[in-house]
Amino acid sequence: MERVAIIGIGQTKYEREKRGETSADLVFEAVTKALNDAKIGIEDIDNVVTVSNDFWDGRTISSMAVTDACGSYGKNVSTVEGDGTFGAFYGLMRILSGSFRSTLVVSHCKGSEGSNHLITNAIFNPIYERAIGLDSISSSALQARRYMEKYGVTEEQCALASVKNHKNAKDNPFSQIAMDICVEDVMNSKALSDPIKLLDSSPISDGACAIILADEWMAKRVTTRPAWVKGVGHSADAYNLGDRDLAEPDALIRAAQKAYDMAGIQEPFREIDVAEIYDAFSYQELLWSEGLGFCERGKGGRLIESGKTTKEGMLPINPSGGVLSAHPVLVAGLARIAEITIQLRGEGNGRQVDGAKIGLAHGINGACGQAHCVWILES
Amino acid sequence: MASGEIIYPGKIAVPYEWSVGEYGSRFFYELKENRKIWATRCPRCKKVFIPPRKSCPDCFVHIGDWLEVGPGGNLITFTIVRYSAQTHITSAPFAMGIIQLDGSDTGLVHFIGGVDIEEIRSGMRVKPVFKEERKGNFLDILYFTPLEVTP
Repeated sequence: MERVAIIGIGQTKYEREKRGETSADLVFEAVTKALNDAKIGIEDIDNVVTVSNDFWDGRTISSMAVTDACGSYGKNVSTVEGDGTFGAFYGLMRILSGSFRSTLVVSHCKGSEGSNHLITNAIFNPIYERAIGLDSISSSALQARRYMEKYGVTEEQCALASVKNHKNAKDNPFSQIAMDICVEDVMNSKALSDPIKLLDSSPISDGACAIILADEWMAKRVTTRPAWVKGVGHSADAYNLGDRDLAEPDALIRAAQKAYDMAGIQEPFREIDVAEIYDAFSYQELLWSEGLGFCERGKGGRLIESGKTTKEGMLPINPSGGVLSAHPVLVAGLARIAEITIQLRGEGNGRQVDGAKIGLAHGINGACGQAHCVWILES
Repeated sequence: MASGEIIYPGKIAVPYEWSVGEYGSRFFYELKENRKIWATRCPRCKKVFIPPRKSCPDCFVHIGDWLEVGPGGNLITFTIVRYSAQTHITSAPFAMGIIQLDGSDTGLVHFIGGVDIEEIRSGMRVKPVFKEERKGNFLDILYFTPLEVTP
């Protein structure tokens, strides 16, 4: 594969409700920060991928409503409706096609402006299960129970992800919910949809994130701290929840294997220095850890109990605080890529993982992780 | 200088007329007229799909075989929904789960009812309870109820 690097990143702070900014304002802020970070101007960008969702924005072809704010006039602009990792994947492909040198990928979401239950209920088939009121929380609860019962993972083990990540978030200026809590706090928090409780859940968030990808020629001229793309993998599973065994992250296993093969990684837990994975709910950090091959199937609970995924552990997972600490939908995966870039540059300050050279970023799309995108980056 | 905190409340209400398709129509007709649940079976891998599928996602071939499944089935997983939402047609707390009907290889997501919700367990044998007045849609099944509880 031709070498492609991330040469710039920009994030807004993630907050429950950003009343002072429109979605376009958030996009402008993230893009401006990414350009400044790369020390280039908008004229150096030759194509743009915007990532948004019409239901969240309450606007048809929402991606085209931010063309002004991302400086895409006169450029080739295309769109992805899905998590930002998938937008970045498309942006990478555009460079690899040889037609473009530098792709700006920007994703935005204002969760505060819509209704999470209504919008995520609309994920499901209107002819069948949408009628029973299924949404992101209740569908994930079905997955959480299936996973926990099949493999004997406990609620307390899942709660550890919430405890760890909310603590990590204290060192991340972009995070929304940072706090010291204990397993009992998670266990005693309000029951939402058994076995998922309030503190097992990510918040509703507003924010935007932008990254700039460049080919080797440009990356070497522009930056001294590139994050090189070593491998990417992408895979999808069945749409219908009942078609899948929700305890088995098959799509993630396939996506990870593709990324590892491309990056030449054989023992992910040993070879990867830091991982940012899409923990929309606490159980997901455990389940996705298994899908990523960080431990054996069913051992995600034991992995987090071992302490090996804390910031000081063998493989720190979500030192940023993860999605549990800020969940701008569509943006959250791109934020994982941005966070890994920060780690590989050694710019993580209080959340920096010592000596991070190889990092993994992960995003999901669709209910209960229907599709996964895995990125391996190297300093 | 304006504070930038003026909120413009809006609402989108767009009516749709979703086609349930030839297969969906047959599925709902059987629910409505005969209180039966029909599925389709891939001619190649023999996997039985519910809701009925017209093509096999694994073999990528057309499916034309129909068969009746259930009415008994196993509860694969479930949740007790304890929050309120506009999308709910019943007040919380209520239960939903994934049911694998006998003879089917895929699960159906639906309500679990007719039982103390705290007594629900994965692996329970369940069967559908149909509405008296059926309209030919997914809610013609009122819920799935444990076999051992309902005579």
